[in-house]
Amino acid sequence: MMDNTSGFFSLVPLIVFLPVLGMLINLIFGSKFSEKGIGAVAATASGLAFVVAVLQAYSLSVAPAAQNIPVAQWIHIGTLVIDWTFRVDTLSVTMMLVVSGVGTLIHIYAIGYMHEDVRFKNDEGRYRRFFVFLNLFIAMMMILVSGNSYMMLFVGWEGVGLSSFLLIGFWYDMDTLGRPSFANSNAAKKAFIVNRVGDFGFLLAAFMMFWQFGSTNFDNVFAAAPAAPAWVILWITIFLLVGVAGKSAQIPLYIWLPDAMAGPTPVSALIHAATMVTAGVYLVTRSAPIYTLSADAQYIVATLGALTALFAATIAVGQYDIKKVLAYSTISQLGFMVAAVGMGAFSAGMFHLITHAFFKALLFLSAGSVILGMERGHHHLAHGSHGDHGGHGSRAEAGTIPEVFDPGDMRNMGGLRKQMPVTFWLYMIGTIALAGIFPFAGFWSKDEILADAFKNYPHVYWILSAAAFLTAFYMGRQIWMVFFGQPRHEVAKHAEESPLIMTAPLMVLAALSVLGGLLNMPGVDTLSLWLKQTVEQIEIGEFNPQVALISTALALLAIFLSWWLYMRKPIQAGQPDPLKKMLGPIFTGMENKWFIDEAYWFVFVDRYVDLARFLAQTVDWNFWHEWFHNSVIAAGFVGLTRFLADPVDLGIVNKVSKVLADAVQASAQSLRKIQNGFVRSYALSVMLGVVAILGYLLFK
Amino acid sequence: MVPTNYYLALAAILFTMGAMGVLIRRNALVIFMSVELMLNAANLTFVTFARMYSTLNTTSVYNGQIFVFFVMTVAAAEVAVGLALIVAIFRNKQSIDVDQLNSLKG
Repeated sequence: MMDNTSGFFSLVPLIVFLPVLGMLINLIFGSKFSEKGIGAVAATASGLAFVVAVLQAYSLSVAPAAQNIPVAQWIHIGTLVIDWTFRVDTLSVTMMLVVSGVGTLIHIYAIGYMHEDVRFKNDEGRYRRFFVFLNLFIAMMMILVSGNSYMMLFVGWEGVGLSSFLLIGFWYDMDTLGRPSFANSNAAKKAFIVNRVGDFGFLLAAFMMFWQFGSTNFDNVFAAAPAAPAWVILWITIFLLVGVAGKSAQIPLYIWLPDAMAGPTPVSALIHAATMVTAGVYLVTRSAPIYTLSADAQYIVATLGALTALFAATIAVGQYDIKKVLAYSTISQLGFMVAAVGMGAFSAGMFHLITHAFFKALLFLSAGSVILGMERGHHHLAHGSHGDHGGHGSRAEAGTIPEVFDPGDMRNMGGLRKQMPVTFWLYMIGTIALAGIFPFAGFWSKDEILADAFKNYPHVYWILSAAAFLTAFYMGRQIWMVFFGQPRHEVAKHAEESPLIMTAPLMVLAALSVLGGLLNMPGVDTLSLWLKQTVEQIEIGEFNPQVALISTALALLAIFLSWWLYMRKPIQAGQPDPLKKMLGPIFTGMENKWFIDEAYWFVFVDRYVDLARFLAQTVDWNFWHEWFHNSVIAAGFVGLTRFLADPVDLGIVNKVSKVLADAVQASAQSLRKIQNGFVRSYALSVMLGVVAILGYLLFK
Repeated sequence: MVPTNYYLALAAILFTMGAMGVLIRRNALVIFMSVELMLNAANLTFVTFARMYSTLNTTSVYNGQIFVFFVMTVAAAEVAVGLALIVAIFRNKQSIDVDQLNSLKG
């Protein structure tokens, strides 16, 4: 028995190496494969990783003790020992299953999605690159969730940040509408830079752990933490929270996530909704032994998550882009999760993480399907007019089909349920799950969070309830605007349904969104008991019928309200949003994301540019170059050389040599008189010399 | 027997005459002859002292006499070279006046 299970445990490195292998195959041999071949390799790599994760889960269900599987030595410096060791416990395996499971479905979806996307963008060569990046992401995410120390986690943390950067900027030379622009690459840079702020916090936390505990290993840190002074725990948790805010898009670092929608839709679904952004939730859950030591830290995390949930939900209400709504919804739901793990409701947070991965991936991918359906309609129309006018009239048709058409703008949609019935039903399932309607997955997980908040943190409960109300409202608004009413644009009339390769993974996700609640049904608590084997601090949540009733009533009320506003009298083309009349400036704020980007731009970016200008112009140019170089160094050097040249060289060195030369010349002048050419005088001097020497010898 | 001092005085006179001849005369041949005079004055001194020492000691010492032969040999060789030089100078300058050999004047 043990042999069998330990055999599976030793397979765990494959969850990283399989995606890496898939990536290398596509990277090196991909040019010889067809698109289907590339997609198959990538999806198989991810799928096999899922199989390995399932085997780990099976082994754990037999032998629940956490396993450490060493792979390689990494850093051994003095007392700092960091190895690449896989940690297999119920928490990491749960994350592995979510990442590889949802990841595989999204890989399959992307085979169909990217096939069309590269053609709409006229660059089929990038198809392969997309799957290389996607596999890289899976590998990095696996390193993140499977590391047994904070430093290994950080390796994955940075790796997914890199993959995210690469994939947001996938169409780096255009904007989301395909026009030549830096918009997408700027979005990628924004995500990377904002994440760096969070990474800085994470690193500080890791350094502090090493400083205080001498190790970054989970086991060592958790063993040493209870003995540590309160301020150490508080600062570690705060620094970790900065990292969480960066990666999981919490206030104040959430601003990168909406822009990250510049990436292809499968990326939005996989990285920026289902997996990577939940890394922060995973981190807090993993650090549960530290967080539960500090009530202050828990209070801060819970409040921050709740505020993020509400704040992002208000913005989602005012968005028109189908993916932007979902992006702010993601931030909001991440706020729910962070609030949950902050309150100590770790299993509720993880539960919501899992169900959210299902229904938000479903929603994003369905939104991608909608967008591609609109693209198809757009192309259909453009092509049709092309034919009518013999190939020269397409520009003339610009009146009916504008040059720049945004297939993601909900104001262009309407009535799509007739054109895209499959997508419509899938989207409905995702929406109901997200809105938290009984008995879909979102109901159970959100309710568990709310019940816990109601019990322990009333203010968090009220904020989250308001956010849940808005969630149902903006999702209802989206459904009415996209799928109901009359088409507000010619293109929407001609939208076409997506192929089976895209809708099939969606059906799996839809099934999971419906049934995901079974994972942690109140009273059964499969997930809570499963996770409790790793995270001892987990308390089994209680079902609170009062909370469930209130939240369901709020959700239904919100959906009714959205129906009343958007469906009773559907918006016509060019008509402003009905909320705008009612809320006025408040809606303007929602529409413009409360001007947070502008504020950040004003407070940080402009000031940073000012600082850079000051450093460049005043400090570097005016002070350093103009003044210091020219006035101090150059002038000083000229002065020094003048001094060396005039007084020293001319005055001393030259004079000395001239005196010497003059002396030599004078003596030569006087001595040359002796050399008179008369042999006899030479003879005389020889004789006198001899006489002198002899005289000296004789008379000395 | 003539005393040794007489010989030495004669040798000194001869040497002085030779030296003055070398210093004063301008004719190269005469200078040459004066050089010979000085050499022979030295020879005279050699043999004088040789004779003096041989009468003082019981054993005979001939070092002085033998040295004279050396000097005469060297003088003969010197005369051969010197005369050849003088002939060469004469051929060149049509004169053997040493004051005209002033090419090395500084």
